[in-house]
Amino acid sequence: MSSLLGLTAHQLQGLLEKKELSCAELVKAHLAKIEESDGEIKAFTRVTREAALEQAQAMDAQRSRGEGLAPLAGIPMALSDNLCTKGIVTTCSSRMLENFRPPYNATVVEKLQEAAAVLLGKCNLDEFGLGDSTESSAFFPTRNPHDLQASAGGACGGAAAAVAAQEVVFALGSDAGGSVRQPAAFCGVIGLKPTYGLVSGYGLIAAGSSLDQVGCFTRDFTDGALVLESICGADVQDSNSVSSPHTDFTKHLVNDVKGLKIGLPKEYIEGVAPKVKTAYEQAVAKLEELGAVCEELSLPHTKYALPCYEIVLAAEASSNLARYDGVRYGLRVEAEDVESMYNKTRGQGFGEEAKKQILFGTYVLSAQQYQDYYLKALKVRTLIKQELEQALEKYDCLLTPTTPTVAFNLAGKGKNHHGRGGVQTHGLTCPASLAGLPAVSFPFGKAQGRPIGLQLIGRAFGEGMLLRVGYTLEQNTDLTQLSPAVKGER
Amino acid sequence: MGMTIEKVRSVADLARIELTAEEEQRITEALQAVLKQTEALKQVNTEQVEPTIYVRPLQNVFREDEVQEGLVMEEVLANAPETENGCFKVPRIL
Amino acid sequence: MATAYEAVIGLEVHVELKTNTKIFCSCTTEFGGDPNTHVCPGCLGFPGTLPVMNKKAVEYAVRAGLALNCAINPYSRFDRKNYFYPDLPTAYQISQYFHPICKEGYVEIELGGKKKKIRINRIHLEEDAGKLLHSGSSITSSQYSMADYNRASVPLIEIVSEPDMRSPEEARAYLEKLRAILEYTGVSDVKMEQGSLRCDANISLRPVGSTEFGTKTEIKNMNSFRSLQRALEYEIDRQQDVLEEGGTIIQETRGWDEEKGITSSMRSKEEATDYRYFPDPNLPPIVLDPAWIKTIKASLPELPDARKERLVKECGLSEYDAGIITSSRSLAEFFDRTVVLFNEPKTVANWMMGEYLRLLNAEGLEVSESKVTPEKLAALLKLQADGKISGKMAKVVFEELFNTGKEPETIVKEKGMVQISDTGALEEIVMKVLAANPQSVADYQAGKEKAIGFLVGQVMKETKGQANPGIVNQLLKKKLSE
Ligand SMILES: [Zn+2]
Repeated sequence: MSSLLGLTAHQLQGLLEKKELSCAELVKAHLAKIEESDGEIKAFTRVTREAALEQAQAMDAQRSRGEGLAPLAGIPMALSDNLCTKGIVTTCSSRMLENFRPPYNATVVEKLQEAAAVLLGKCNLDEFGLGDSTESSAFFPTRNPHDLQASAGGACGGAAAAVAAQEVVFALGSDAGGSVRQPAAFCGVIGLKPTYGLVSGYGLIAAGSSLDQVGCFTRDFTDGALVLESICGADVQDSNSVSSPHTDFTKHLVNDVKGLKIGLPKEYIEGVAPKVKTAYEQAVAKLEELGAVCEELSLPHTKYALPCYEIVLAAEASSNLARYDGVRYGLRVEAEDVESMYNKTRGQGFGEEAKKQILFGTYVLSAQQYQDYYLKALKVRTLIKQELEQALEKYDCLLTPTTPTVAFNLAGKGKNHHGRGGVQTHGLTCPASLAGLPAVSFPFGKAQGRPIGLQLIGRAFGEGMLLRVGYTLEQNTDLTQLSPAVKGER
Repeated sequence: MGMTIEKVRSVADLARIELTAEEEQRITEALQAVLKQTEALKQVNTEQVEPTIYVRPLQNVFREDEVQEGLVMEEVLANAPETENGCFKVPRIL
Repeated sequence: MATAYEAVIGLEVHVELKTNTKIFCSCTTEFGGDPNTHVCPGCLGFPGTLPVMNKKAVEYAVRAGLALNCAINPYSRFDRKNYFYPDLPTAYQISQYFHPICKEGYVEIELGGKKKKIRINRIHLEEDAGKLLHSGSSITSSQYSMADYNRASVPLIEIVSEPDMRSPEEARAYLEKLRAILEYTGVSDVKMEQGSLRCDANISLRPVGSTEFGTKTEIKNMNSFRSLQRALEYEIDRQQDVLEEGGTIIQETRGWDEEKGITSSMRSKEEATDYRYFPDPNLPPIVLDPAWIKTIKASLPELPDARKERLVKECGLSEYDAGIITSSRSLAEFFDRTVVLFNEPKTVANWMMGEYLRLLNAEGLEVSESKVTPEKLAALLKLQADGKISGKMAKVVFEELFNTGKEPETIVKEKGMVQISDTGALEEIVMKVLAANPQSVADYQAGKEKAIGFLVGQVMKETKGQANPGIVNQLLKKKLSE
């Protein structure tokens, strides 16, 4: 049975179609893996075992009646716990929503249900997606399956770890500045953040509305294309969602980069750890060997991306998180009057990282600071966006490291990572978010037993190009396929 | 202009978040660091630059004026901390 | 020597738009309903929900703007106004702070024959809040409150005037005119009692001749045109007293207490919250197509001022009558439709200004709620014109019509009210009356013409009021001169 673990959705689909495997077997194998590993890794905030088994059995019954299977039918998957699931507790890893059962599904959840994927559970993240290590989760930090001392990254570290630990085949998370790509890089899986608007954000409990985009964690690019095809599309419930004419993603899985122009922005290499840089250079060499034209370029506004992103994210988060007031849902701390109730509920319901972000956001939006901070950041955002868009007129895509270093250590019990400077590790991922562009992180070897991630950034709705370049690398090197993280491996 | 504990208190008041004395201290320090980082933005010349509010150039995304069923009462109140007569109950408003 | 002060008044008027659904979700906007039965995750502010703009609300806002002589901004967008209150589900109200949909309009008012333009600064679209019910008699005396979000996210436009009004009468005239125009456009029910028209006033005093503004107060809780006027009158007196005693006006929000007839401080504006307005990234901007604006403009009905002018010029009504009849679209349409059926505009106007409005006001009814239709009123006027009933009878018939909605002919028959215009039948009665009143006959013949009145009265008495008085008069004169 263990040979099932680590297979991709498209491989499993073949086995299911040939009836060499039943959905129930597949789901049970993954539930068993969760049972075995998750006590240590802590990728899940909740495992939906019974519902998963029921669904798998129903699907087997369907198959035995000869009914056709949907594209992701029977494939075990997980959702970051900031995606609303009807009737299933959705916590955002916060005390605030510890018992919150949404009365509706996120659109992507509906779409995955149509595709008949099987939900095994909800995954841990930094509280409300604010953080880069899952250490701001109100419940526990998630450990990196490749090295239990290391962070799985964040915000959606749980979802990345669940895929890396072979607890599920794929997972969805959200990426506001790197919350899919950075944990994917740390955990050695593929993390795809689509163009802003390609995937509906309805039902995603977003921290930063203009930044957040639902993305996916998969084991290879083919699965990335399959999952993206299943979840993309315009949604009447999300004004920012659009229908792109280029959604036949699997067609872009072509082993060919000849003549493609790939830009190498030099600012992304500054201060990057030597081993990450070496891996990056290897990837560049490989692409050139395969016929791509790689060229260095300069994006001088890159260094402003992180402060710009921090202001925009905090501002939007301070407003988005204002609704947790103890009136309609979520935690309430009782008090004599409504104002004290607000103050106590929000004082006790949010963790320190969320509070810090909310207060910073409140500050930059206050009448006195608006011009100097918030408006300034929006203007700098324009420059960053323009710069990236102009570069992408010349290049088919850009190649960068995903993070300057491999996964950092977890701070340890009772500590937090504030000393490390908050969301620093999203410095190379946030520019694409600020510009609303698609980007994907993929594994490319390891350093000290911890995965290295590289990033491709594409044109708006140019996911196909990213998949093509990634797929080609995948076909021509084994560095993108990291040995599954097995217990005890260090 | 750095962050001060008074400013933290004032924004915490605006954001309706009660902080402990230790939190006030730690958050003030953390925000001082964050603000220092954002100083870099002041070097950027943004004269004549329009702010980016929406990353995609969408406009006029409208919905037709057609009624759809909302939630049933049970679902509306299921997550509520306290209810009475179909309403969300809140403590005294001063 | 006492300083003479003048008032400077500006109004902020909130108008609920008459769309089927809320501004950002598909819940019904129907008034009433059990608490929290017209809600969805969106208007309850549930995590993860997103707003989607109602096209009709945009159209109605533009329609209102055009009717109020506003320029329509080619670019407008939504901003969040952040504050905590239990009636506000997301803890921010989606409004238009930086780029409202309409700007720079005006309304013309007329007081004592003098016309004046009151400028409109802006009109913006926004969502309404929910409603709070209190356990006690007032919000502060209650142990707890209860939130009902049926009204949350119902579309509103806020119409902000310039501080152009100088008296409570002007403020009232402005609000009445605004109400009339909006009613004509059909974008709202504009009912103050139901809260679909709400008004806050900013008022300050300054010495006559001064061009600077004094410190203003904001007055809330005025639920009728009358209370607007009363509250402003009170506030002028209050501010004047403060100033005359050498005090200073505190910039604050004051609530109008209808029963006590006073305003009192609600909260001080200095400690007003910082709303942290910023653009809402969830709602792409509105960029209006001039062709669409043109279509909306072309669909506007004839507005009160134009209609009034037409009634004066073409129907010969007095300015006053035309003003009242055009003060509401339903009244004006009633007039037009009646005149089509009975082409004596002045008679129709007299009836509407007299009996009809008197009864409507007495019953507190709207034209649309009344049982009187243009067809029925025209039928009644025809009966009178044909001499089938007298004017006096007509009034009785009208009252019955107003109460029951029966056809005038039926009422006339049921009451046995048919007027006797048959000369033969009347002649007999006239002869009888002349015979019975020799003194009056003698008086008349001696030159006392008034005596004929008494004789007419006697004939009417004999016929139980059913005789056609015109014919009776003719007959009497004829007989007396024989
Ligand atoms: Zn709704």
